[in-house]
Amino acid sequence: MEMPRPDPRRLEAKARIVARLREVVSREDAVIDEEHETRAYECDALTAYRCPPMAVVLPSSTEEVSAVLKICHEEGVPVVPRGSGTSLAGGALPVADGIILGVSRLNRVLEIDTDNRFIRVESGRTNLSVTGAVEEEGFFYAPDPSSQLACAIAGNIAMNSGGAHCLKYGVTTNNLMGVKMVLMDGTIVELGGPYLDAGGLDLLGLVCGSEGQLGVVTEAVLRILPKPEGARPILMGFDSNEVAGACVSDIIRAGILPVAIEFMDRPCIEATEAFAHAGYPDCEALLIVEVEGSDAEIDEQLNLIKQIARRHNPVALREAKDADEAARIWAGRKAAFGAMGQINDYMCLDGTIPVSELPFVLRRIGEMSKEFGLEVGNVFHAGDGNMHPLILYDANKPGDLERAEAFGAEILKLCVEVGGCLTGEHGVGVEKRDLMGVQFSRADLEAQMRLKDVFDPAWLLNPGKVFPLDVTEARRAA
Amino acid sequence: MQREVTASKALCPASEAELAEAIASAEGPLRILGGGTRAYGRPVEGRPLTTAALTGITLYEPGALTLVVRAGTPLADVEAALAEHGQRLPFEPMDMRGLLGTEGAPTIGGVAAANVSGPRRVQVGACRDYMLGVRLIDGRGEIIKSGGRVMKNVTGYDLVKLMAGSHGTLGVLTEISFKVLPEPEARAVLLVEGLDDATAQRAMTAALNSPFEVSGAAHAPRGVDGAPVTMIRIEGFAGSVRYRTERLKEILSRFGEVAVETDPERTAAGWRWVRDVEAFHDRPGDVWRLSLKPSEAPEVAARAEPEGALYDWGGGRLWLLMPEGTDLRARLGPFSGHATLIRASEPTRRAIASFPPQPAPVAALEAGIRRQFDPRGILNPGLMG
Ligand SMILES: Cc1cc2nc3c(=O)[nH]c(=O)nc-3n(C[C@H](O)[C@H](O)[C@H](O)COP(=O)(O)OP(=O)(O)OC[C@H]3O[C@@H](n4cnc5c(N)ncnc54)[C@H](O)[C@@H]3O)c2cc1C
Repeated sequence: MEMPRPDPRRLEAKARIVARLREVVSREDAVIDEEHETRAYECDALTAYRCPPMAVVLPSSTEEVSAVLKICHEEGVPVVPRGSGTSLAGGALPVADGIILGVSRLNRVLEIDTDNRFIRVESGRTNLSVTGAVEEEGFFYAPDPSSQLACAIAGNIAMNSGGAHCLKYGVTTNNLMGVKMVLMDGTIVELGGPYLDAGGLDLLGLVCGSEGQLGVVTEAVLRILPKPEGARPILMGFDSNEVAGACVSDIIRAGILPVAIEFMDRPCIEATEAFAHAGYPDCEALLIVEVEGSDAEIDEQLNLIKQIARRHNPVALREAKDADEAARIWAGRKAAFGAMGQINDYMCLDGTIPVSELPFVLRRIGEMSKEFGLEVGNVFHAGDGNMHPLILYDANKPGDLERAEAFGAEILKLCVEVGGCLTGEHGVGVEKRDLMGVQFSRADLEAQMRLKDVFDPAWLLNPGKVFPLDVTEARRAA
Repeated sequence: MQREVTASKALCPASEAELAEAIASAEGPLRILGGGTRAYGRPVEGRPLTTAALTGITLYEPGALTLVVRAGTPLADVEAALAEHGQRLPFEPMDMRGLLGTEGAPTIGGVAAANVSGPRRVQVGACRDYMLGVRLIDGRGEIIKSGGRVMKNVTGYDLVKLMAGSHGTLGVLTEISFKVLPEPEARAVLLVEGLDDATAQRAMTAALNSPFEVSGAAHAPRGVDGAPVTMIRIEGFAGSVRYRTERLKEILSRFGEVAVETDPERTAAGWRWVRDVEAFHDRPGDVWRLSLKPSEAPEVAARAEPEGALYDWGGGRLWLLMPEGTDLRARLGPFSGHATLIRASEPTRRAIASFPPQPAPVAALEAGIRRQFDPRGILNPGLMG
């Protein structure tokens, strides 16, 4: 994987740049430039790619972020913003002649306002701890990526992250009301706030999902919701992926709005059973559907779901009667990634497809798996068509990673072909950068890059990501 | 070939390619029209360009809850097609004809370009939250797409959100994909009469902060019969609606006597009255729409000294009827939110900014984006200020 070539002049100026940065931050340890320490930041959760940055800066306030960016702007130093480094797309991968600007020390809760249903936090705060801050008052923050214990709101905003509950509650962009953000030249802007909808252009909507390329987010206003009275899942096993897919579609059409509809195929079910012993049925496809409400409301919805499922001749139908049974139904699903990891190294894709194409796409993935000689398991959010094929490979076997990457690229192209997209929630980063031309025309990409030109004319913020390198070359060189 | 509507010399391209050509070869400013029913913002001088000939649903998959539709398609056609499958646009777009005194058929493109949402926005989100993808022609005449037709998509920058509410100033939408939702089986409205604004706002908060999934929370200081009325709506399966009605009744009875309406026709009419701001239809004066922190709404409304007020979104949206030519922003001073002038005479709309002025650095970003998307400044120039 290629990254922009480091500029030797910038590397030579390291001592001066680091000294200038030290002057504008309050804490002694806010600038890290020793190589044995910067190594801790050399990659995110896409560990196949690594590159230690020139330095790491961990500011303690928006003003410090602004001062740091001003210096980098003057010195022409590339900046890679970082939250918790859990990106699966290499979004926080450093560049050798640039700095990592981490917001992990910006982690305070600034305001909780349950009357107006929002919370204002600094962006380095972890996702789960946002819900933690309002839980006692009976509220929660809806977007819940599986990485929620570690990942930061900053990364969630940059990637427009989703989670298991987003079928009902939407993804980050649907729950984000405002941000405080610092532009590359140090200008501090506020977009949105504790009220609904933009007054002018929806710049907040543009910033969310822009992968750290338009500005460094330091604060966020997030919508919080009253917690539902309860929630319970039902598990269903089917003879084929087609039938399970048809059942998903019928549930959705019936007007039920589950919080989650999760799907696992046979390879994944088998791996999970061997690892987590969740007692899953022996079948081709398995659905876990969770609904919310009071006990009676849950029963009403689950009865309807059971009626629909029976029309599709399920081989298993197991309803959780209590919290214990619910936990057991979820145990396997939650262990699925880990279980696949026990078998081998894996690569996790996240293309989205129209729900109606599920059976076809799963069949094609099965065929391709044979062609490439690599196992693949599928576990994903079926309600919204966001797939997570896990390709198994052996990192120690020469050529296996490359083969897995080629297989992955074919799957993503297939997703686009059937009317879907390359990434549903993980982002483009460096991982899918070179596939952007499959989904977008040159004019489409040009329109996006023109927006970056407005926010960051020198292309210093998180360069070398999102767009194919050859497409951005002229801009980065300018 | 391009049909020219001779009377107004309007451009009426019949395909995306023709539209791109019309914009690329335009020699002066264009006034972009869907149905022309949402005539607000600074008046635009320019040759009319209408999407009226870009019609038709290109894809509708009820089982996937997705609809792809050309921008000029009448909203009524879209709603009828969805109703056939028991589905709807969840964000409840307002019909502005009554309020603005406009005629014609609202188009789906106009709904998207103005990011039009109604009372249900408080629960389910805005029009922009249901837009999955767009195709558009920018001011250079280039065909651009963003997003797609799937529900989760973070591939590339989100131009879909940027286009929602850009009022045709960045590009002309040609096709939009939406996420749609099923119509609920049942609905109920809880009504409390006689509350003052501050108490009503607290009652709406109590309902919205309950786990009972309120899909509408409005308060009219003067209801249809002249008395103050506060309305809370719930929707869903019949058993669930019955249950939540009882629970919400307990919560609201702290504030006043609670009546319940479940008749489909009457509840629909009641929320249409809120959605379309019918209370101001036959009354003279300017109409302002505020987005603000709900708890501040009563105090802001009092400061405005309006001739009429309507609270929606639990107070998060405030409609104010003001004497003609009032500069409401000057009267209010700073508050946590923003105000848009929706109905006023042309001279007033030239004198007072319709859209809220932005702080300098944000205004600079907006201007930069406009220069990139519409370098010649020909798409609805000046409409958003
Ligand atoms: C086990 C595991 C499970 C996961 N499950 C999910 C899931 O269910 N759903 C999902 O959507 N994702 C998931 N992810 C992916 C990842 O957790 C998300 O993308 C997350 O939002 C990244 O947050 P972060 O704080 O770690 O960001 P980082 O990895 O630090 O950065 C991610 C991106 O955000 C940018 N960025 C960081 N901080 C800022 C800032 N202050 N301003 C501007 N840009 C910034 C970075 O430059 C980078 O491009 C998972 C990851 C792992 C490892």
